[in-house]
Amino acid sequence: MLTNLKRVFHFAFIDFYRNKGMSVAAIFVLTITMLLVTGLFFMRGVSNFLVETIQNKIDIAAYFKADTEEKDILTVKEEILKDSPDIKSIKYVSREEALNDFIEKHKDNNTFLKSLTEVGENPFLASLNIITNGSTAQYEQVSNTLQKDEYDTFIEKVDFSEKKGTIEKIFSITSNINKFGLILGAVLVLVAVSVVFNTIKLIIESSKDEIATMKIVGASTWLIKAPFIIQGAIFGAIAFTTCLLVTLAVTYFLSPGLSVIMPGFILFEYFILNLWMIILIQLGFGVGLGIASSFIVVRKYLKV
Amino acid sequence: MIKFQNVTKIYPPDTTVLHDICFEVKEGEFVSIVGKSGAGKTTLVKLILGLEEPTSGSVFFAGKNISEAYGADLQEIRRKIGGIYQDYKLLPAKTVYENVAYVMAVEGKENEEIISQVPKVLEVIGLAEKSNNFPKELSGGEQQRLAIARALVNHPDVVIADEPTGNLDPYNTYEVIRLLQKIHQSGKTVILSTHDREIVNKLGKRVITIENGRVVRDEEKGRFII
Ligand SMILES: Nc1ncnc2c1ncn2[C@@H]1O[C@H](COP(=O)(O)OP(=O)(O)OP(=O)(O)O)[C@@H](O)[C@H]1O
Ligand SMILES: [Mg+2]
Repeated sequence: MLTNLKRVFHFAFIDFYRNKGMSVAAIFVLTITMLLVTGLFFMRGVSNFLVETIQNKIDIAAYFKADTEEKDILTVKEEILKDSPDIKSIKYVSREEALNDFIEKHKDNNTFLKSLTEVGENPFLASLNIITNGSTAQYEQVSNTLQKDEYDTFIEKVDFSEKKGTIEKIFSITSNINKFGLILGAVLVLVAVSVVFNTIKLIIESSKDEIATMKIVGASTWLIKAPFIIQGAIFGAIAFTTCLLVTLAVTYFLSPGLSVIMPGFILFEYFILNLWMIILIQLGFGVGLGIASSFIVVRKYLKV
Repeated sequence: MIKFQNVTKIYPPDTTVLHDICFEVKEGEFVSIVGKSGAGKTTLVKLILGLEEPTSGSVFFAGKNISEAYGADLQEIRRKIGGIYQDYKLLPAKTVYENVAYVMAVEGKENEEIISQVPKVLEVIGLAEKSNNFPKELSGGEQQRLAIARALVNHPDVVIADEPTGNLDPYNTYEVIRLLQKIHQSGKTVILSTHDREIVNKLGKRVITIENGRVVRDEEKGRFII
């Protein structure tokens, strides 16, 4: 059994080596397919990130007059939470925190800091930053609460962002992109899979006579089949390694540039975080496809 | 050992090659099958190995109906037969050495045995120097000798040789026939298909003559008469 297993691997490696040109072609198409699938995975990551970023933007900010007491502000916060308990987030930012945030944000910019000193006192107002869950009903409820007459005395102004409209727009765009991307991706992957399949078919087809003769001398089906399947696995394994290294390099070098366009999205980190998933996808598509193609094709030629 | 029972073979659509063939080859016999080119000798050999199915009738090997044997059964029958084919049927992607080694591997031989046996066999058939060449790099006669070596290396119970000397010079022809005689003397069954009059007459063994798809003569100590 062990002898046979060794033999079968030996046959596979010899055929792989003698058929260098074809082997390289198969590995190439497999790698492209895997890169394509990996690319689709990253696209999904980016679009999820964009949607989330927009959803997490503050949509309502209420600024309180400078002399408002903290407990009044917290009362308003309680009130809003009572009316809309499933609100995404509501955060109280005191005047000091606002000032510190500003200093922190502009610590490298002297002009800003200088103008701050010129003003003399803390020019910032305390605020409640509210992120709704995106539903129209909640949005209206929160704005109604904030516009109550009883709060008029300490609320300086309420900023309503255009988030609602933006979210709807983004949602329709991303869902279109997702739909379109899914269809396009599926078509591309299908094309790639069929190219891989046909390349492997070509390789095995060139061994048609060989397979026929093996049958004539009484070789078992397993002894004939296994080397081809192992060859498929070798193609897959090499393609997988190549693909993983390419992904590693591309994400590493593209990461800084992409962070400029999409602040907060670190491509390389996304890669590392999803490493197992990516490995699984690439292994599945690479080794799986290589083995499956060989398996299906060699079966065909064994039926003589 | 091998039995043809009313075997008719018609290649589609309507080429009748063999017509109601009946004969039996006993264990340990040496039988020559002769006939003109196109008489159906190769077809007969293919029927024994299950490479073609009879249109009607049955072919038996060691009591087993070959057209009813599949998978492992058929593989076992083929392993028991050392076939030498008119068109050699070598493994084109394997070297001379590997061609011989492969059939030993198929038989389940251990590596040590393969490593020690194959060079000896290649030495005997004079292909030791061509060990690492591929079949397409060999002359017709060399390919034929390789086909013979491959058929004999596993010491099969039955040797079926379809025109094994077609491409050989007189010296090698004589060597091959002597080899087949030696195999027969060691108790094995040998079936030789040929249209070489001289060989058949010199052998003085059983001869089955096929003409127009029928067995027209089947004689012990027969002669080549067409
Ligand atoms: N696969 C096939 N399909 C159709 N006809 C075939 C096929 N194989 C062989 N034949 C025909 O069957 C007849 C017998 O062929 P076969 O090869 O058995 O002859 P043979 O006796 O071996 O001849 P030779 O001495 O030339 O080798 C020939 O007329 C051939 O054309
Ligand atoms: Mg013939």
